[in-house]
Amino acid sequence: MAKLTMVQALNLALREALTDDPDVIVFGQDVGKDEGVFRVTEGLYRDFGAERVVDMPVAESCIAGCAVGLAVRGLRPVAEMQFSGFGYHAFHQIENHISRFRTRTRSRFSMPIVIRMPFAAGIRAIEHHSESREAIYAHLPGLKMVIPSGPRNARALLRSAILDPDPIIFYEPKSVYRAFKEEVPDEPEEMPIGKAHVARVGKDLTLISYGAMMRPTLEAAEQLADEHQIEAEVVDLLTISPMDTETICGSVQKTGRAVIVHEAPRNCGPAAEVAARLAENSIEYLEAPIKRVTGYDVIMPFFANEKYFIPDARRVVKAAKEVLDF
Amino acid sequence: MPRKTIQPSNKIEYLSILDVDGNVDAALDPKLDPAELHTVFRGMLLARRLDERLLRLQRQGRIGTFGPGMGQEAASLGPAVAMKKNDWFVPSFREGAAMLWRGWPIEKIILWWGGNEFGAATPEGQNDLPICVPVSSQCLHATGIAWGCKYKKDPSVTVCFVGDGGTSEGDFHEALNFACSHTLPAVFVIQNNHWAISLPREMQSKSATLAQKCIAYGCDGIQVDGNDILAMIVASRDALAKARSGGGPTLIEAVTYRLAMHTTADDPKKYRTEEEVACWLPRDPLIRFEKYMRAKHGLDDAGMKQLEEEVAAEIQAAVARAEAYQSDPMDSFHHTFAEMPASLAAQSREFEEYMAELKADAAAAAQPAAERQMAES
Repeated sequence: MAKLTMVQALNLALREALTDDPDVIVFGQDVGKDEGVFRVTEGLYRDFGAERVVDMPVAESCIAGCAVGLAVRGLRPVAEMQFSGFGYHAFHQIENHISRFRTRTRSRFSMPIVIRMPFAAGIRAIEHHSESREAIYAHLPGLKMVIPSGPRNARALLRSAILDPDPIIFYEPKSVYRAFKEEVPDEPEEMPIGKAHVARVGKDLTLISYGAMMRPTLEAAEQLADEHQIEAEVVDLLTISPMDTETICGSVQKTGRAVIVHEAPRNCGPAAEVAARLAENSIEYLEAPIKRVTGYDVIMPFFANEKYFIPDARRVVKAAKEVLDF
Repeated sequence: MPRKTIQPSNKIEYLSILDVDGNVDAALDPKLDPAELHTVFRGMLLARRLDERLLRLQRQGRIGTFGPGMGQEAASLGPAVAMKKNDWFVPSFREGAAMLWRGWPIEKIILWWGGNEFGAATPEGQNDLPICVPVSSQCLHATGIAWGCKYKKDPSVTVCFVGDGGTSEGDFHEALNFACSHTLPAVFVIQNNHWAISLPREMQSKSATLAQKCIAYGCDGIQVDGNDILAMIVASRDALAKARSGGGPTLIEAVTYRLAMHTTADDPKKYRTEEEVACWLPRDPLIRFEKYMRAKHGLDDAGMKQLEEEVAAEIQAAVARAEAYQSDPMDSFHHTFAEMPASLAAQSREFEEYMAELKADAAAAAQPAAERQMAES
């Protein structure tokens, strides 16, 4: 057991994958000698060499399009988009090819590709570095969308993602990168893709969140317990698509109340999908309307004002009380 | 501190071996094995006749929109003939001649244009990607495959096809740029057919040739008479040998002409003159190849007649197989992921019920007709 930050835990997962499988190659902008702008690939170029840890030109479509070819040729590409905000150059390769190749070729070719992208706000970065657009990827059939929330699950989910036979967008909440350390086992660990995790057990209502928003959500749960004697259950989605309906509905069937928290804009965001699944499968258990605590439907402001636009524990507590007081 | 002209270090050539009358340049004649030439000629004839048949099938409503490759068969076939079986073939959507040469069953091609994914399921053992629709996006797949081959120390070369229109796309640039920077074993063939639907070649790029785009990427380029099968085979063979020996990519510009429409969804008379088309008709690669085969390799009327009959029978049998093919709509669920997630499995059950209802409705609707028939007999 070692206490690691998310950056170190992700680095460990990449190191393990490169060690275990000669078909794994890691590539992206500045991932080699520079070791990644967030240092996620620290030491990998030194230890695995330029053939396996490859610096790419500033051409995101090239990164995603090459991943298709590498996968066709039998490799397991692990690509990095430096920031999710630049990943849109790669979007047409993701939508037109990565997500479709298996279906198109009736499984003659599959796409065991992982595309890692740091996303979301909270590090006072310049424009285009702070958005949460997981809903875009979650909407694409043939693609999985995974978002870890802490060091341990980041390491385990990245390992599982690399082993997965299908393409995965792996969104890394960069405000969590160095925010805290967690015990991470020495032995490689996997977590199932498509499975949510009950991060806190409670009986009064269910808070559903993921990624960086797990921290204000858990903080809110503590406040609700300490100050209001309310025991909130907290579900960490971990995989946005395919979504784990069973765990979400299981929890809400027990508590009868749900608040969904994410940093992404509200309109057609993942919370809408969670709410729809609750409505379809568990409406008879609901004792109050579902509430969403999310980013607003505005462009993420420049960093001087961004903190007001990231959901915090105050908003979650307020929503939880409204749901309970209904 | 002078101001002087910089001479690019890479080479751009032009190549033509067979003229419009089928005369061969003796100095450049690759002297291919006559038996192979007969097979190549048959391959070109098959591609042309299949295109003609597909156009008729489209007009009859038996397939969907179709983009014929008529006039471009030499540009498509030449590189395929020069490739080895294990080389990787990355087509655009007008490479029917090359696909047939690479071993795609004719019915798969018919089924692709007939709206069935089975036509995009590369047969096992073939190192081919299926037809790619988004223009130029396949160039990066070729670069990725070539990268993978180099990584695995596999001597296969990847051959990618793209149109003149495709050279305007960013993916063309990104693919060439990366493939050349990493000296990857790849060959890029531009099928310059002069028209990107309605946009003429001269509006596509100010480059005097498309081959010269190689200068910026740092590889060699060659502009080839794309309607000359011999020149296309020679240029491709040289490019493949160079790539295989670690020399990196070559950019081949095949100067050809799209004799028919972009697809059956457009009418070329709206944007190009009949005079222009008439000017290209005598340069047809098939006519030229036939003249050459008659003059040099003993092809005669009887031989032509036999070939035509064989090809027609082959196509007819394939049309029958394609039309007998029964697709399973459930396949869309089975081939989305290796393992179906629970939420998708729920949707697939919903779909199965819907399909069962449709089937029951159809059976019910057919029932009275069957009863009527019984009564009449």
